[in-house]
Amino acid sequence: MKKYSGFSLFKNALSYHENWQKLWRSPKPKSDYDVIVVGGGGHGLATAYYLASVHGITNIAVIEKGYLGGGNTARNTTIIRSNYLWDEAAQLYELSLKLWEGLSQELNYNVMFSQRGVLNLGHNLQDMRDIERRVNANRLNGIDGEVVTPERIKQIAPLINISRDCRYPILGASWQPRGGTARHDAVAWGYARGADALGVDLIQETEVTGIRRKNGAVVGVETTQGFIGARKVACVTAGNSGVVAAMAGLRLPVESRPLQALVSEPVKPCLDTVVMSNAVHGYISQSDKGDLVIGAGVDGYNGYGQRGSFHVIEHTLQAICELFPAFSRVRMNRQWGGVVDTCPDACPIISKTSVDGLYFNCGWGTGGFKATPGSGYVFADTVANDHPHPLAAAFTVDRFNSGALIDEHGAAGVAH
Amino acid sequence: MLLIHCPYCREDREEEEFSYGGEAHIVRPLEPEALSDQEWGDYLFFRKNPRGIHHEMWYHQTGCRRYFYATRNTVSYEILETYMVGEKPQISAAEAGQ
Ligand SMILES: Cc1cc2nc3c(=O)[nH]c(=O)nc-3n(C[C@H](O)[C@H](O)[C@H](O)COP(=O)(O)OP(=O)(O)OC[C@H]3O[C@@H](n4cnc5c(N)ncnc54)[C@H](O)[C@@H]3O)c2cc1C
Ligand SMILES: [Zn+2]
Repeated sequence: MKKYSGFSLFKNALSYHENWQKLWRSPKPKSDYDVIVVGGGGHGLATAYYLASVHGITNIAVIEKGYLGGGNTARNTTIIRSNYLWDEAAQLYELSLKLWEGLSQELNYNVMFSQRGVLNLGHNLQDMRDIERRVNANRLNGIDGEVVTPERIKQIAPLINISRDCRYPILGASWQPRGGTARHDAVAWGYARGADALGVDLIQETEVTGIRRKNGAVVGVETTQGFIGARKVACVTAGNSGVVAAMAGLRLPVESRPLQALVSEPVKPCLDTVVMSNAVHGYISQSDKGDLVIGAGVDGYNGYGQRGSFHVIEHTLQAICELFPAFSRVRMNRQWGGVVDTCPDACPIISKTSVDGLYFNCGWGTGGFKATPGSGYVFADTVANDHPHPLAAAFTVDRFNSGALIDEHGAAGVAH
Repeated sequence: MLLIHCPYCREDREEEEFSYGGEAHIVRPLEPEALSDQEWGDYLFFRKNPRGIHHEMWYHQTGCRRYFYATRNTVSYEILETYMVGEKPQISAAEAGQ
């Protein structure tokens, strides 16, 4: 892998940028791998990268049915934060946030991580009590956070409406300055490039159609390019996890739902932070290109169609216009949906299964982008050692039978 | 926006009048205390979540306020039938070619 640097930029300018090295090879699949990662989204690619870089396992293939990062990775609104309520979740997301802080350097790839801060608004007394509780819990976990007043919110995001004369007046917010956004595609591409350089085969446009087992252990996967053998199979297929689990005769406590987002035409810089509100179901930030990036709540029904219902978006835009009256005249440019794998407790599943050598990392629902580095890190460890990483131990699928759920609906319900 | 036929009101109404109830025909165990943790957890949390034909519950929240069932394709979102509680679906995944 050729390293990116100021010098390489200069050198390539001399040949009109026509001779940059390809980011990754496109190899033919081998007949056999130590580990097959199913799903080439951010989480799958991060898993492969850390398996290779931390655990020295390099005989790996990532098998992706479409193109790398074309699923939820490329569809999400890129909000990153770690201010979750419960210790287990907070520590997992905080590990991730710490990894984000060094990620561009580690991957030698600019993931455009921008710590512009995240506001989670409160609109009634109960919201404010929940916010106080969550911020206190965060601080006990060593996570930055403050409870801020409407006046301070107005300083942070001057276009916001803090008037008391609206349907849902803003009473305060939690503020996590270390939160922010990153460039979603770049995260997938950076991990892909890094994994490829360590010898990982990235196999695109190949769908896994079956999981072959022998004596209770996995032996490989059936794909649209034929059978490929593997000692371990790690599934990171987000919205399609239930479908992939069924290939091994397993059921998961996840339901796949449409989640929608939209962006406006590009406008001049006017919002340099992330504003989210659970109560009015909307959140917004501005991309480096200038478009306002707006996310909706999840649609009510199960759906794999990568699109949802219009009234959900309408509802979100009503909230955005109330929070930011000035945005009511901005025209929307594009709107799309992804398929998110929602779990009953709004927490992920990072787990071994009853089939030896078969692992699942799913259930991130509406909020897994922020966790991409941490998720890949702890899942790689779990797969490599056939034993949960300490920060993943609470997230096994068994919790739905033992009852040890981690209820993050407060911190993750609408917010992503 | 889905247009949903309520079998009680016998009208096609907009999705906003309804709320979703998830997988249909899950039988509540008669003796919950006799179940193992495995069985109880499965009953509470584990769902079919198919890609394709799905039998599911809907609630006519701002209409007759009754639960009913629908058979819907979770990829195309087409609603193939709706039917009342106590009735059986006419369309199954096998018949729909899946
Ligand atoms: C509109 C929207 C907004 C969001 N906003 C945020 C946000 O602001 N912050 C945040 O933290 N999170 C957000 N999320 C959630 C986040 O996008 C996901 O949790 C995260 O991207 C999941 O990561 P992934 O790599 O597993 O998923 P994906 O990128 O979806 O990767 C899964 C991959 O598996 C592949 N696959 C599936 N089945 C097969 C098969 N049989 N064979 C081969 N490959 C297969 C798919 O093609 C896909 O590429 C949002 C999601 C959406 C849809
Ligand atoms: Zn009705």
